[in-house]
Amino acid sequence: MSATTAMEVNVEARRILAVSISKLYASRTQRGGLRLHRSLLLSLVMRSARDIYHSSRESEESSGAHSAPEEPMDTSSSPGEQARLSEAQHEPQPALNSAELAPEEPDNAEDCCDSDITEDKENLSPTKQSRKRRGKASAAPDFLPSKRARLEPGEERYAAPVGSCRAGAGESLTTLSLNRVIPAF
Amino acid sequence: MYVFEEERKSYLKADIISTVEFNSSGELLATGDKGGRVVVFQREQESKSQPQRRGEYNVYSTFQSHEPEFDYLKSLEIEEKINKIKWLPQQNAAYFLLSTNDKTVKLWKISERDKRPEGYNLKDEDGRIRDPSTITSLRVPVLQPMDLMVEATARRVFSNAHTYHINSISVNSDLQTFISTDDLRVNLWNLEITDRSFNIVDIKPANMEELTEVITSAEFHPQQCHTFAYSSSKGSIRLCDMRQAALCDKHCKYFEEPEDPSTRSFFSEIISSISDVKFSHNGRYLMTRDYLTVKVWDLQMENKPLETYQVHDYLRGKLCSLYENDCIFDKFECVWNGSDSVIMTGSYNNFFRMFDRNTKRDVTLEASRENSKPRAILKPRKVCVGGKRRKDEISVDSLDFSKKILHTTWHPHENIIAVAATNNLYIFQDKVN
Repeated sequence: MSATTAMEVNVEARRILAVSISKLYASRTQRGGLRLHRSLLLSLVMRSARDIYHSSRESEESSGAHSAPEEPMDTSSSPGEQARLSEAQHEPQPALNSAELAPEEPDNAEDCCDSDITEDKENLSPTKQSRKRRGKASAAPDFLPSKRARLEPGEERYAAPVGSCRAGAGESLTTLSLNRVIPAF
Repeated sequence: MYVFEEERKSYLKADIISTVEFNSSGELLATGDKGGRVVVFQREQESKSQPQRRGEYNVYSTFQSHEPEFDYLKSLEIEEKINKIKWLPQQNAAYFLLSTNDKTVKLWKISERDKRPEGYNLKDEDGRIRDPSTITSLRVPVLQPMDLMVEATARRVFSNAHTYHINSISVNSDLQTFISTDDLRVNLWNLEITDRSFNIVDIKPANMEELTEVITSAEFHPQQCHTFAYSSSKGSIRLCDMRQAALCDKHCKYFEEPEDPSTRSFFSEIISSISDVKFSHNGRYLMTRDYLTVKVWDLQMENKPLETYQVHDYLRGKLCSLYENDCIFDKFECVWNGSDSVIMTGSYNNFFRMFDRNTKRDVTLEASRENSKPRAILKPRKVCVGGKRRKDEISVDSLDFSKKILHTTWHPHENIIAVAATNNLYIFQDKVN
């Protein structure tokens, strides 16, 4: 897999991600409230696009040193990609969580703003533990947004500078976790 | 209200038809629209004097079923759009139908009045109370004939049972109960009781972050009052038996076709989401519609469909642009004919497709005023998928994606179909020699 094809996939994934985000945002102001089915489908597409974007970014970076085998979305999936995709299906959806609050909770907008501000503090000092008690029994009720994005194995939390979403698209999409993108708009 | 200009014809968004349904005898045809109105058409009695006006459908009743509402607790507007209409089989002179919007189901009674009492003792003809001192004799009101009036009254309102948006309703063959379905739950109601419903399916996960699929449609079996099926956004169908347990979380049959890995794309999940599920009239088959195909399933075979029909496979290469213009989220319905030998579903450019299950022949027809005059025979259409375009063919790029046929219905016994094309209703009948 050449670097140019990886870059094409990268561009396509980024474009789909951008379109999906704007759709998700637009659906919040739709008459009749947020549609759960539509939000779910949008978040599935966003997750696929984000995974492809990340994997093609890695391949771009490593293609300078050596040509790494890449797994584009539109050929038959290899076991590695299947594992990643099935993982994506089972993993929680932070974007969906904040997006589909509307049917259950009225002050959705306020919570998102709060998590945005809180998130900045948390991102600046990533080692600081949240003081809130977390346990299976006292898991946050489903109508409150989760304040930290759930990390995939191997992923690291980046210290994102404030206002990074306005900077060059390439940088911002890698460093922003999905549940920050929506309030950032 | 929004006004769209299209080909120098404008229509209100509220006039867009959102559902069509024949009643069980085929005498009546109901349509619901985005403005919350229901229009019922009745078939004319055939008359020897005018044989060419063979059973045409005329407006019988129009009423406002649902109004826009506001949920103050969640700060949400509730749309008045009619999502589904289902008729109850006729049991007396009146007609009954269920209509639903996103949150509330209503039972409407449509009845005729052709007599009026006249000659009241205590009030005059305008309804004003007469001065008692002017009443000197007794008279009893008499029923006098009047011009036929069709009135619709809301007999039951089934509300406050759905957190999410209702996508379907289905009347049970026992004629006493019905189900209403939203994205995560199916509720069972008794037609007489409005303040209580039973939740029979609940797929809401304990943690909403783990949500991976939603319910897209549900329907009762046409003969077995204890059986119903529901479809999911992941392309699977579950058949449930209400005798097994109060909560039908365990399905007794699970229908799913394994995904073909060679067709995997960004949009595989969206196009495999089932938009409609319908039992055949004989109760032996299930039909499902996803974005590109219609599938017929044998209830005895769960691992793959019996038949798969390509509705508009030429769109497979255009999924990205259909995602951008939102068309990929369109929910097409599908219908059986009365004998379960032909299935029909809609497409874009006001095209609709019919597949004959026995001869394996299919036809594409168009619902448009320009291309068909009343009583003319519909000409089959063809989409050119590449190479040289023939004279009557239309190329994929010329298709009008704003003209979509999502809702169709087939008369229960005859070859009469009703097709909703945005704000227009087309009724097609078999040619009579």
